Amino acid sequence: MAAEAVAAVKKGTEADASFQPRIVAFCCNFCAYAAADLAGSMRLDYPPNARVIRLPCSGKIEILYLLRAIEDGADGVMVMGCLDGDCHFMNGNFRAKKRVAAAKKLLEAVGIEPERVEMYNLSSAMASKFAEMISDMTEKVRRLGPSPLGKGVAR
Amino acid sequence: MIVGERKPVAEILEMTKGYDRIFVAGCGTCVTVCLAGGEKEVSVLSSLLRISGKKTGHKVKVVEGTIERQCEREWVGEMKDKVKDADAVLSMACGIGVQLVAEMYPEKPVFPALNTTLMGFPTKHAVWLENCRACGDCMLHLTGGICPITRCAKQMLNGPCGGSLNGKCEIDSEIDCAWALIYEKLKATNRLDWMSKIQPPKRWDIAGHGGPRKTVKEEEVVP
Amino acid sequence: MKAGSNLEKILEKGQFAVTCECGPPKSANGDVIRQKAKMIKGKVDAANITDNQAAIVKLSSFAAATILLKEGIEPVMQITARDRNRIAIQSDLLGASAVGIRNVLLLTGDHQKLGNHPEAKGVFDLDSIQMIDMARRMRDERRFQNGEVMDVPPKLFIGAAENPLAEPAEYRVPRLEKKVVAGADFVQTQGVFDVERFEKWMAAVRSQGLHKKVHIIAGVVPLKSLGTAKFVNDKVLGMTVPDSLFERMKKASDAKAEGVKIAVETIEALRKIEGVQGVHIMAIEWEEKVPEIVEKAGLLPRPVA
Repeated sequence: MAAEAVAAVKKGTEADASFQPRIVAFCCNFCAYAAADLAGSMRLDYPPNARVIRLPCSGKIEILYLLRAIEDGADGVMVMGCLDGDCHFMNGNFRAKKRVAAAKKLLEAVGIEPERVEMYNLSSAMASKFAEMISDMTEKVRRLGPSPLGKGVAR
Repeated sequence: MIVGERKPVAEILEMTKGYDRIFVAGCGTCVTVCLAGGEKEVSVLSSLLRISGKKTGHKVKVVEGTIERQCEREWVGEMKDKVKDADAVLSMACGIGVQLVAEMYPEKPVFPALNTTLMGFPTKHAVWLENCRACGDCMLHLTGGICPITRCAKQMLNGPCGGSLNGKCEIDSEIDCAWALIYEKLKATNRLDWMSKIQPPKRWDIAGHGGPRKTVKEEEVVP
Repeated sequence: MKAGSNLEKILEKGQFAVTCECGPPKSANGDVIRQKAKMIKGKVDAANITDNQAAIVKLSSFAAATILLKEGIEPVMQITARDRNRIAIQSDLLGASAVGIRNVLLLTGDHQKLGNHPEAKGVFDLDSIQMIDMARRMRDERRFQNGEVMDVPPKLFIGAAENPLAEPAEYRVPRLEKKVVAGADFVQTQGVFDVERFEKWMAAVRSQGLHKKVHIIAGVVPLKSLGTAKFVNDKVLGMTVPDSLFERMKKASDAKAEGVKIAVETIEALRKIEGVQGVHIMAIEWEEKVPEIVEKAGLLPRPVA
């Protein structure tokens, strides 16, 4: 999983005059990824800045994946899971929420803005919501500016 | 088992400031089980150190490694090569492991990444409660399996005190009064007469107030 | 006579004793004790000096007790297990006796986390029952806790505290019994507000004949204001103020006068209970009211033992 995140970031869009944030979006299979799929089928327009990585459940997210994504140059990281109470695996999204919160605190302690990592909840039918969330995060990170760690560097 | 938790990141950064090559050493036993210092936690801390290094411009090389237990010489010996290539060792073991590593590798600074907090068990996943103080004179057979030395805030032997209220301790209403629990347990098992006897003062010298203790299994000691 | 104190003589004679609490200051100002002593002189048989009560640092009970002695008041020196180990406690018992302190009250003590130095290391080498047992052996067997014999034993009248509302409820009397067997000569209880509930405890105590083995002195806390009532109810362990008293304090035009009235009524009711041999008036930072309460309760003049 961590290796995929690294690869996704490195394949990111070339920087042009205005800053193009590189976002990694960890999406749960049953809701977020399905919504992403639907958004695709519906030909919805949204910024191309996010690279989607599919997880069986948002609860599979490890703090390590979030840190490694930032370490290797991501400007922003999203964790996208099912709506509260609707997790396909009962409380995976609850675990994800806690881990995202913990990761934010850790990043803040080492001088990285905690807003660069965010949790989003949506259902599989919410294709336009998915598009909106990607757009939302992209703009937020654009305002934050490039990650203090600069572009992705080899370890 | 022994339970600990990672020190605040700020404290760890302060400790390791100025060291360019850090070996973050995990322990595969107690601290793995209490999710504080195992392989996973080593990766997280290592990533944080690298991020911090990049952010501040003081690049740091971080090597990761987890051995079975840091309280046994045979395993700590396996750390030799990684220690050799590092300027400092950041041990994620409990205080016991940190000290053994420091003893076996006196030439390198060894730092504790954890605060060792208690000996206890998980009441539910990820929540550990202290229930043993290693007092060297276990009385659990008398108190229905409930330790008053650990669970009574005043470590009384003739409890409860007058502050016990609704079965909770006077210092924190979330904490059960150990003696209320002991009373109920002895009542249920028909052994209340023990609580009518005056229990004499405890031997605190063997309970940790007589200097560092030693335990020897004589017949197994080889010259 | 075990110690020959004024309190002991009065209780042994079967007379109704009056003690009060004298709180030391949170400073080095000994005059505070001297002033309180002047207020209560002749109105009580003995006055308790608390030992860093509520785990808040105060002028030491030993020092304050010696000040009381100099002012002609008989002290009851309180000692908790929280701040001292067996070595210090035995030493203080010897010292107390040597300077003429003849009454001690031995308590486990409020936990340090509740006080103003919560990071302090609590000692709790002993609990109250072990302290009482140890003090009795020093006095009666001339032995230190380790068994060694001493040539001049301390002369002390040994007291214990008891909470009639303590839990578990079924264990209250066995717990008191343990203190009696350990060697308590007298017991002072937490403040009584609900005399009926207290009478139930006394009935249970009497059923075991304990009232004949130890002198029971009931505590009374005069309420200065509605605020005091709330504080006592919420913050002081082991004391609950019933709604009826809250109502009286709320409705009163002169809260202080009502508080005194309630205290006097309580004392009068307690005097009627078989086995209650005295009253312990805990007028927290209101020691000046003790003379009025004692007088209105018909307890003056105090006997000269």
